[in-house]
Amino acid sequence: MTEPTRHDQLDLEPTLYEHHVVSPKVYLGVFGALLCFTALTVAASYLELGVFNAVVAIAIAVTKAVLVILFFMHIRYSSRLLKLTVASGIFTFLVLITLTLSDYISRAWGLW
Amino acid sequence: MDSQVIATQPTSAHGEHGHSPHLRHHFATVAQQREAASFGMWLFLLTEIMFFGGMFTAYLIYRNWYYPAFVAGSHWMIMWAGTLNTTVLICSSFTMAMGVYSAEMRNRKALLRYLFITLCFGIVFLGIKAYEWHDEWEHHHVPGLNFSINDFTHVDQRYPQDKPLAPDMAEKTQAYFSLYFMLTGVHALHMLVGVSILVVLLFHAWRGAYTTGHMTTIENFGLYWHFVDIVWIFLFPLLYLISRHQ
Repeated sequence: MTEPTRHDQLDLEPTLYEHHVVSPKVYLGVFGALLCFTALTVAASYLELGVFNAVVAIAIAVTKAVLVILFFMHIRYSSRLLKLTVASGIFTFLVLITLTLSDYISRAWGLW
Repeated sequence: MDSQVIATQPTSAHGEHGHSPHLRHHFATVAQQREAASFGMWLFLLTEIMFFGGMFTAYLIYRNWYYPAFVAGSHWMIMWAGTLNTTVLICSSFTMAMGVYSAEMRNRKALLRYLFITLCFGIVFLGIKAYEWHDEWEHHHVPGLNFSINDFTHVDQRYPQDKPLAPDMAEKTQAYFSLYFMLTGVHALHMLVGVSILVVLLFHAWRGAYTTGHMTTIENFGLYWHFVDIVWIFLFPLLYLISRHQ
């Protein structure tokens, strides 16, 4: 039994993720779900829901985006590093919106 | 695409470990190399999120500011075209995902087929988008180039319940259409870049690349293509859907 080389040790490194091949069945399922959500959001836009028209449309869009990110972009099967990277991107975008909007609603009251 | 250059280092440089010809020498394992490539691509996509994010934020603020103008403006969107384009992009994302799978399975024919279908969907999307832009040009809805408030100061027969806007608010529909052309224009530019890269990828795939175990380029292009799809997933409700009933 020979000593494990540095290369072998790195292969056993637990932070290195196992590469996962997503099966076409999963892709097909996600594809079907995305088409259903598209039909749903168009149908919902014909209903009179008041302020909830926007809420429903955005909620469906977020759901579709999450499906694409998790499955088509493989984040569901990716390492913690990539998951955190995506989460930090979304978080930074929310900071952009929150800070900008809090600036707008905390000054020039009643003017917009 | 300089993987060949790196891969042709003298084998003596690798010492005791023989490995895949596609593994660049500064990576320890193929898994680590893949991870680094995906990480780099995602960092680029984060800058893209912020790039589109700024315009989405502007849309949000101006929509609150000139709400009646944004409602009136969005009533002129062509619903069937927006819905069809959303469907086309979702189909193209599916075929792209299948293309990545085919490269993974080292199936050259399937890869070529799926890349080609994705390319066709991309071109169809741009065609429908061009049709919509042409329609907006015909209606004088293009701020700065060809704009008239006429459609917004009179009741339109398609929306008889709409009240005509006062001339100063009708002018503000230009804010809606400016953001509309900026958002859909920059998105279409991303599609155009994607379609151009797809042509190059098809050429390389036809010559046998990406199906020998090294498919970072295909994987990263897939990430880009799905990202552009996600941007449209948000543009469609914001521009077409959320103001239909106000």
